[in-house]
Amino acid sequence: MRRMNGGEAARFRQWLIRAFLRALLVVVLVTVAVFFVIRLVPGDPAVMVLGEHAAPAALDALRERLGLNLSVPAQFLRFLKNVFLRGDTGDSIKYGVSSRSLVLQFAPVTLLLVALSTLITLIMTVLLAFLAATHRDGPLDQAVRVVPAFTQGMPVFWTGLLFILLFSVKLRWFPVGGLKPGFAGMLHSLVLPAVTVSFGQIPPLVRSLRERLLEVLESDFVTTLRAARLPRRRIFLRHVLRNAFVPTLMLFSVNLSYLIGGTLVVEQVFAVRGVGRLLFEAIANRDFPLVQAVALYCAVFVVVISFLADLIAHRADPRMRS
Amino acid sequence: MKRKDRSRTRGRRLTLCVGLAMMGVLVLLALLAPVVCRYDPLAQDLYAFLQPPGGDHPFGTDQLGRDMFSRVLYAARVDLSVMALAEIIPFATGVFLGMLSGYFGGRTEWLVTLAADTFIAFPYYLLVIVVAFVTGAGVQGIFITFMLVGWLVYARVARGVAAPLRASEWVASAKLMGYSDLRIIATQIFPNVLPQAVVVLMTDMAGLLAVIVTLGYLGIGVAPPTPDWGTMIAEGQGFMTSAWWLSVIPGLTVVYAGIALSCIGDGLADLWR
Repeated sequence: MRRMNGGEAARFRQWLIRAFLRALLVVVLVTVAVFFVIRLVPGDPAVMVLGEHAAPAALDALRERLGLNLSVPAQFLRFLKNVFLRGDTGDSIKYGVSSRSLVLQFAPVTLLLVALSTLITLIMTVLLAFLAATHRDGPLDQAVRVVPAFTQGMPVFWTGLLFILLFSVKLRWFPVGGLKPGFAGMLHSLVLPAVTVSFGQIPPLVRSLRERLLEVLESDFVTTLRAARLPRRRIFLRHVLRNAFVPTLMLFSVNLSYLIGGTLVVEQVFAVRGVGRLLFEAIANRDFPLVQAVALYCAVFVVVISFLADLIAHRADPRMRS
Repeated sequence: MKRKDRSRTRGRRLTLCVGLAMMGVLVLLALLAPVVCRYDPLAQDLYAFLQPPGGDHPFGTDQLGRDMFSRVLYAARVDLSVMALAEIIPFATGVFLGMLSGYFGGRTEWLVTLAADTFIAFPYYLLVIVVAFVTGAGVQGIFITFMLVGWLVYARVARGVAAPLRASEWVASAKLMGYSDLRIIATQIFPNVLPQAVVVLMTDMAGLLAVIVTLGYLGIGVAPPTPDWGTMIAEGQGFMTSAWWLSVIPGLTVVYAGIALSCIGDGLADLWR
């Protein structure tokens, strides 16, 4: 990567500070939103957890444990203090241990799944967009333009079911569900879920990158490089891709929260015990603090990753800095 | 070049017509379901369970002998109307807020994008699932979540169209003529924003339909026994290897509706460009 000169570096630092503060503000607002969304529950959460025929003493005890006996502003302050000062998102009602430790325990599988589908998405996007842009109006290029219309309305869980039917039941390439033991087994079990998550993500990204690639390929500086007889591969990798990739990266970062949401659903289809499973179990058990914790950690994760994507974009493309 | 452009325009108009025709057929069949269907979607016939498609039951029957054709059409009534109703408020608020933030810029713009960043941080499905959990399973969870997050896309589009107009000469001259800001937004900005927003509406509806069906599949959407494509797919999952049509046909219907909406969106986008 090119070194920045003094003025650029100063401007970049300024941008970095502002972007960081903004990301921090979003994290605070996300926390506030999580607190209030959970408070949308009609009626008494304690009754919802224990049922209508629970003993009044048990209800009181639970209210005390959840801090429901305090006024809403007091609850809110307590929640903020616990989250920001101690990183404590409350204890799970069902398991009686801290919700943070539960999320951390289930997170590795989900993170691996997210990483795998991100990798598949990026590789396939670059490959398909490159082939479509260099063979303009060829069969693949036509396909790239039409396919998003088909995948847009395709529910991710249904794609997963079809994949299971084809690749696991018919062809027996992958397990039908669950995780095989060992790291290699786990990876093998996660390929099909990752492909399922990527499947819906790739088409719009390919369409966007293809358009950018065509723009760059037709620009004057590429014609100049060609005239200078630079090797084609070098022109593409060093100049064209780099110029075209930033907008696609931004689109990917916007889509990230869809990718993670899709992962939670796909875990359910493939019976993978990750954060998605934890969330659905928490919902079935009416485990408020745990639901709250999962929502909070996922949202913070999205904020952090989008911030990093922004950072890469700004480092890679000087035009972003103006 | 010109000729190619013209043939492309014709192609796009064809796309629009195909989309409208596909959607029209589905909506018409859904509206006429009580007339078209020969069986009640809830009527069980245990002598005719798991019949493959064909003959008396064009889409086959399910494990309780219910006619799949009737169920798919009655589900279309539920799912398509939830989809359309859930879009109304987000569309209106999103377009309005986006126009405000684009037109005024500065602090208004900052506030609107901050709100957008906050909601976009929540994985979409996570938010839907949590709200559906909190409000109790059923359709109201979809409406509430969509009020929270659905406006984002429209706000982004409306802001994108409105922001360059802020500095345009005709907005400046409208101001000179003493038009109020609200009047300028209504008469100068809105007509430019609307076509773009409608294009986005079409693709967004396809996505929302997928969400509604997913919630049904997860058991926190449209509640049984009301037919819904998502619950139908979930019920059929156990019969994937023996009776594929139970899961595949409702899924294909969702994809069909999604393709129709995308075609309408793409066609309109090119028509108005």
